[in-house]
Amino acid sequence: MSGAETAVHAGAAFQRRPLVLLFRRAWRQGRTRIGVFLVLLLVGTALIGPLFAPHSPSEFVGLPNGGPSSAAKLGTDNLGRDILSRFLWGGRSILGLSVAATAIGLVFGVTIGLVAAYSRSILDDVLMRAMDVILAFPSIVLALVAVATVGPKLWLIVLTVGITTAPRVARVTRGASLDVVERDFVRAAEAIGESHGRILLGELLPNVTSPLLVEASLRLTYSIGLIAGLSFLGFGLQPPAADWGLMINENRLALTVHPWGVVMPVVAIALLTIGTSLIGDGLSRAAAGIERGGAE
Amino acid sequence: MTSAGPSTAGLGTRRRGLLLHGITGFVLRRSLLGLLTLFLVSIVVFAATQALPGDAARAILGRTATPDSLAALRKQLHLGEPMLQQYVHWLGRFLRGDLGNSLAANEPVTTLLGTRIENSAVLVFLSALISTPLAIVLGAVSARRRDRPFDHAASITMLTLAALPEFVVGLGLVVLFGTTVFKILPAVSLIAPNEAPWTHPKDLILPTLTLVIAVCPYTARIMRASMVEVLESDYVEMARLKGLAEQRVVWRHAVPNAIAPTIQVTALNLAYLAGGIVVVEYVFGYAGVGSALVDAVHNRDVPVVQALALMIAAIYIVLNVVADVAAILVSPRLRTSLK
Repeated sequence: MSGAETAVHAGAAFQRRPLVLLFRRAWRQGRTRIGVFLVLLLVGTALIGPLFAPHSPSEFVGLPNGGPSSAAKLGTDNLGRDILSRFLWGGRSILGLSVAATAIGLVFGVTIGLVAAYSRSILDDVLMRAMDVILAFPSIVLALVAVATVGPKLWLIVLTVGITTAPRVARVTRGASLDVVERDFVRAAEAIGESHGRILLGELLPNVTSPLLVEASLRLTYSIGLIAGLSFLGFGLQPPAADWGLMINENRLALTVHPWGVVMPVVAIALLTIGTSLIGDGLSRAAAGIERGGAE
Repeated sequence: MTSAGPSTAGLGTRRRGLLLHGITGFVLRRSLLGLLTLFLVSIVVFAATQALPGDAARAILGRTATPDSLAALRKQLHLGEPMLQQYVHWLGRFLRGDLGNSLAANEPVTTLLGTRIENSAVLVFLSALISTPLAIVLGAVSARRRDRPFDHAASITMLTLAALPEFVVGLGLVVLFGTTVFKILPAVSLIAPNEAPWTHPKDLILPTLTLVIAVCPYTARIMRASMVEVLESDYVEMARLKGLAEQRVVWRHAVPNAIAPTIQVTALNLAYLAGGIVVVEYVFGYAGVGSALVDAVHNRDVPVVQALALMIAAIYIVLNVVADVAAILVSPRLRTSLK
């Protein structure tokens, strides 16, 4: 038994160092730092921006589509509300919804991927085939079918975006776990009678965190785009909410008069997605470097 | 993986026979799998939009619906019948090309979508036609100047552009070229339903450019990776040692050999565009299937949503099969590993 115990501990040791190594290597890349800076900037704007908003997001401060004035520094929107205030208030929803959707996708995807890799049976095929069905729709089409059925509900948007995220996460998790499943410390854990749940979460999961982190940042980038896009189409938050996607939709017709109502949220969404994707790229380069066997 | 088995010399002809069989078999298997997926997708679309709990007709028409319109919709959707029979009915009509009537426009879905399908196809193919050669050149030049300033700049630019949601790119282009900075291109593409899109070339520029920006980075990245590998190969070394001019080595010897993987990516990009057009068409008010889908969802026009969702999924599945088959056909290593 003691041999098996040692192998189990070896499994635990095998997991911890690579993550620290991954972050350290990723941080050494200039692009990761730029990404982190951009994400912090936008998350900061979304979280503490409302404290600096001169008006409430629903307050009427002037005529519709008014130009910049002392009351509204960036002008007023299609109903006469302050664009700057609505911008400062409008980041929370996109951030919250896309993080929630990504989290749902990760939980589903990781669970399905681990079970598929570990099952070594027909269950693997069934699960992955089911994932293929979800992947057979472009994500936005699946979300639109759901909205057409139930209506533009926020929980629905988060759930559908999460569900369209899951298959890709499941594929990555399964792919990375297939190697780990064959390792001795998994056999050892089985030999000392650990439960399946503990093997999946305690032995497999810690050893696939690097590819998962890379995938998670990719999926977050994608979720932000999808959720902002759905809001922009008018299926996300409903008026009078302040939301970057919705703001773009509301102020689109005034684009020829003055662009701030569209430009501010568009630039914010752009910088946020660029930031998360730079972090993802930094992580993936770091992971690839470690895989190639470069010592610290 | 049976590639190690028949690699003995002298089995050349037999291997060729097996290989052909292998490819046909693969194409068949992959196509059947695609059909199965499409079948499952049709169940999902049907279940999501028609098999709602409660009264689907009321859910679709809303509280203000009159008893007459409710009865008519129930009849059109065969809501009185058992679920399985409803599905068989629906699928049967679908396969015969009868997509039902649009609830909002009150005309057959096929009439409604006919020209829109053409419009979207023009947009998608135009984007692929421009983005693929562009990406191949970009990828090849990046690989040629690997780890030099051009490569780094291209890599960061591509990464940045790939991260942006399509509507952000589209609106960015509108602000840049349509409304605010330079007012040289139309910000919306107002093409009447009975006009061919290519009679309005100016209206096509911005939507096409948006889609090109959306897919170009992926192809360029694949091309660069493939080209890097080819440039390190023996036959390129050989061509160089023969004393050929570097230009000739790159464009006549390396590029044609590196191009294969981009064929698969192009098929995948076309599939991706089937979904990407939804938001882009809405941004530009372009009368294609994407904007039709958004309108139908706004109106909760279930027959149109079903038809479009199934159509887009079908195109997507077919192109994915094509991409897989193309990948096998163009890469000898994968080809020989087939059973």
